[in-house]
Amino acid sequence: MTWRLRVDPIACTGHGLCAELLPETIDLDEWGYPIIGSLSDGLLPLARRAVADCPTLALLLERDRTR
Amino acid sequence: MTAGTAAPHAVRLLAGYHALGRPAKLSDHLAQYGPPPTTTGASLIQAVEEAGLTGRGGGGFPTGRKLRSVAAGRRPAVVVVNAAEGEPASAKDRALLTIAPHLVLDGAALAAGAVGAREIVICVHAEPDPGEGAEADARRGRARTLADTVRRAVADRERAHAAPVPTRVTAVPPRYVASEETSLVRWIDTGDARPSFGPRPFERGVGGRPTFVSNAETFAHIALIARYGPAWFRSCGSEEAPGTALFTVSGAVARPGVVEAPLGTPIGEVLRLAGGPSEPLQAVLAGGYGGTWLPPELLALPTTPSAFKAAGLALGPGILVALPERACGVAESARVLAWLAAETAGQCGPCVHGLPAIAADFAELASCRVSTELYRRLDRRLSVISGRGACRHPDGAVRFAASALRVFGRHLRVHARAEGCLLARWPSILPIPEEW
Ligand code: SF4
Ligand code: SF4
Repeated sequence: MTWRLRVDPIACTGHGLCAELLPETIDLDEWGYPIIGSLSDGLLPLARRAVADCPTLALLLERDRTR
Repeated sequence: MTAGTAAPHAVRLLAGYHALGRPAKLSDHLAQYGPPPTTTGASLIQAVEEAGLTGRGGGGFPTGRKLRSVAAGRRPAVVVVNAAEGEPASAKDRALLTIAPHLVLDGAALAAGAVGAREIVICVHAEPDPGEGAEADARRGRARTLADTVRRAVADRERAHAAPVPTRVTAVPPRYVASEETSLVRWIDTGDARPSFGPRPFERGVGGRPTFVSNAETFAHIALIARYGPAWFRSCGSEEAPGTALFTVSGAVARPGVVEAPLGTPIGEVLRLAGGPSEPLQAVLAGGYGGTWLPPELLALPTTPSAFKAAGLALGPGILVALPERACGVAESARVLAWLAAETAGQCGPCVHGLPAIAADFAELASCRVSTELYRRLDRRLSVISGRGACRHPDGAVRFAASALRVFGRHLRVHARAEGCLLARWPSILPIPEEW
């Protein structure tokens, strides 16, 4: 089962916390907003933690249905 | 038709107007088309699927499939007719609702029957406050016509007992992203016309109900498919993109306006329907301000999604602006990008920060302050913004900007010279809405 991270861009305030917790998958643009890369299964626990810690609940973990 | 103009080949939506020479009243409409057939919901959806109709608002999504998804919802549905037309260079939905409102209203009623909707909402663009004085009064008279025309048409149908589903008309704030489908749903529900993030309207739209939102022109095609059938619909246009479409053609053409052409008609042919170029062209903007600049070599490109895709482009809505050689495409693009940046709904970081940054970079290009560093920065910005907003507004702005860099790449060498570009001072071809 593959998972992916997604950002609710309206809720996200660019705290950048997620990128600190999960630098392998999340990069920040020049304005401090997350750019989401692909998520390997091994990173799933960290991804769940990033989702739980996002102060605005903007980070979402979803089943990847695109593949 | 005046002598010397090309015969309107395969004109369907505009045929009534060409025959009548004025906007169609309900009686005109009934005389020409008769009452809409009473097809059952399932058979209408099947006919629309077989016809291969796609949404005419730019997304190109199969209309039949969307109808089917909405019909499958458990709660009573809502039908929303999108004539909010936020694109400054588009006038086709306004034109269609003005000359043939009953085709659109027939389509809306048929769609409502097909998906089991108990309500139809027609969204038009709100009119600017014209201010004060005699000129303003004249403008007020003109400006009121669209919402009023549609309300009057709805009232005529009610009087004639030809309005099976309650229908109301709402004037949406004239912002670029207010015509996005989630914006319309949010506007109808809360009075805030900004896009939202989350379920699509076909799943959960107006009042949480499954909602069929489509462009006004799409409904008019539905009205004709219900009468004449899918085989008739497919008798013009291309195999994968059947039927006709409306195009708003402006810029350096002899007769700017709204024309109708079978999908698949080459871009250059569509320009010819609007009188052809009135002077030598250096590029054509296709798809509006979220669209792409095409170099003259691509005027033979057929207006189908697949032909555009094969060229690495997107067809988008039916909007063409012909750019004459005397204009500076970079300055024109910079002005549009500044406007697009001001039109973000102020909700998503990558859009709120990214679009003004790209616009500022283009302003530098336009004012001939070109450097390798500027190009590098712009390339980086253009590569990270798409797909990261709640709506497609940033994607469109990026597409537009990237195509400007491609198509005006040679002209940009003039901007890099010490003397600079002499044409860049007066961008004026691409329309920007007035402040209001
Ligand atoms: S932690 Fe949440 S609010 Fe902060 S950048 Fe990441 S997604 Fe956005
Ligand atoms: S992407 Fe831009 S225009 Fe769209 S909702 Fe977000 S801020 Fe508004």
